[in-house]
Amino acid sequence: MLSDLYIPGDSPVHRARPLVKILALVVFCTGVFLVDHWAGIALAALLVAAGFALAGLHPRHGFAALRPALWILAAIFAVQLWLTGPALAAFVILRFALLILAASLVTLTTTAGEFVAGIEAGLKPAPDWVPKARIALAISLSLRFIPLVRSVLDEVREAQRARGLERNLTALLVPLVVRTLKQADETAEAIQARSFD
Amino acid sequence: MIRFRDVSVEKGGQPILTGIDLSLCERRIGVIGRNGSGKSTLARLFNGLETPTRGSVTVDGQEGGKALRRQVGFVFQNPDNQIVYTIVHEDLEFGLKNLGLGKEEMRARIDTVLGRFQLEHLRDRLTHQLSGGEKQMIALAGVLVMRPRLIVLDEPTTLLDLWNKRRFMAALRDLEQHVVLISHDLDLLNGFDRVLHVQNGRIAADGPPDAVIAGYVAGSQC
Amino acid sequence: MDIRDTVFIALFAAIMAALAVFPPITLPVIGVPITAQSLGVMLAGGVLGAWRGALAIVLFLALVAIGLPLLPGGRGGFAVFMGPTAGFLLGWILSAFVIGWLTERFWHSLNFPVALMICLGGGVVVLYAIGVPWIAMVARISPLTALTGSLSFIPGDIVKSVVAAGVIVTVRRSYPIITR
Repeated sequence: MLSDLYIPGDSPVHRARPLVKILALVVFCTGVFLVDHWAGIALAALLVAAGFALAGLHPRHGFAALRPALWILAAIFAVQLWLTGPALAAFVILRFALLILAASLVTLTTTAGEFVAGIEAGLKPAPDWVPKARIALAISLSLRFIPLVRSVLDEVREAQRARGLERNLTALLVPLVVRTLKQADETAEAIQARSFD
Repeated sequence: MIRFRDVSVEKGGQPILTGIDLSLCERRIGVIGRNGSGKSTLARLFNGLETPTRGSVTVDGQEGGKALRRQVGFVFQNPDNQIVYTIVHEDLEFGLKNLGLGKEEMRARIDTVLGRFQLEHLRDRLTHQLSGGEKQMIALAGVLVMRPRLIVLDEPTTLLDLWNKRRFMAALRDLEQHVVLISHDLDLLNGFDRVLHVQNGRIAADGPPDAVIAGYVAGSQC
Repeated sequence: MDIRDTVFIALFAAIMAALAVFPPITLPVIGVPITAQSLGVMLAGGVLGAWRGALAIVLFLALVAIGLPLLPGGRGGFAVFMGPTAGFLLGWILSAFVIGWLTERFWHSLNFPVALMICLGGGVVVLYAIGVPWIAMVARISPLTALTGSLSFIPGDIVKSVVAAGVIVTVRRSYPIITR
């Protein structure tokens, strides 16, 4: 499997089933949005901090999760500060931060492989009109294709550099798409040839 | 035995293959021909990837569809397009799952094939990190675990270096299955029982390798 | 559904992933970096059509959600769906669908100007129609403020529409997937 954002560990949070963690996250997010009050924020912050501590994660993992959203959060804070005042500005920003931290707690303690296995297990009892085998195959294939597409992209970029076209997006994307579509067609044949139906 | 009865294939109104009549029972059959001659389409008829516009193809009396696919394995030119899963053993399991086999049987079959080609060390490797030669061996292994009676290979050595090509052909030589090899590389057909030369959608020559290849080479000189 | 459809859906999810590592191009004057990934959304719709295109984006977002760092800057995980701009990510699904649907509609008369209008409509208008109100709602600001804040990204999206339209028209000629 490709590298994911997982931080290894053996805490109760790590060991909990992916589905349980996702459900907990959904409940948490709904709660945070419904309880539109500072007390709710305080309780949520307590829960997130407890979750991070229980999982044995360092605060810097939390900060790393927040960093990509920092600029937009700062912008929203500024706008709120100007339009409505410091209280609502702080409230809105804190709420975002808690949602992001809670979500990353799930991501940091669950491998992508566990999620995939969880999805497959979750699909088993689904009714027959759900194309379970197809969904499982699509997930595996996309993981298989990612390194393949990257290597084709590198090759195409190399070839276009020789022609001085490496900054031309169209000259990179057309060969990338056409070549990988042809390859995908052959993969579809290979899958059929191996008796998938 | 493989029977082609008056088989024609058309695509978008263009004839690709015309009036192919063949009975094949040899164990090693080669197919040669220029680009666009129709030999890849011929290969795809063997296991039902391509269906004839007219006529019929039967392998041991079975015609078309799923039944044919279980009898006939197919190895493509580019193993990158044939390998479906990210980990070697998962990919080998893919075909077996499609056959509906149990865990024990799957494991036994995979052990046998990996052992036979001394590929056990690749079992847990990531498929995209394998070398070109290893990938093609895994692609062949993925077909062999399904225990087909016939294996069709469409230019399987084109992307391999000399060393890997020899290794791949050695593996092929030892197979107990019937083999149909489509190839540009005429050296590979040494020791084959029969060679077909496809030209403009028809069988232009058919017979022992030496005679057919000599005619093919002579025709390429101008 | 044909097996080819499953394979194409997986392929475009992978193309989306590959485009994340495409070096961002910074537009002169405005200085906002544009990433190639939303180009992938337009291509998914314009090359595969409505359903396959939209499902490719669903699959891609699912891979992001389960923790693969496939968004620009190596971002991933559920957290990206919690931020204020999550509407733009989820909007990609409808965006790809609309572009695909319109491309199928105008398949026989598809040329560069038509494809460009489709990409602008599906890839910019539809996307902002979801993304902007989303920001307004979760950040508790007025839609107009949210729109003003997003304006600087629009030139980049127009550039991407131009590129995507060119690619869609060329691929249609050399390896068409939508057939009707």
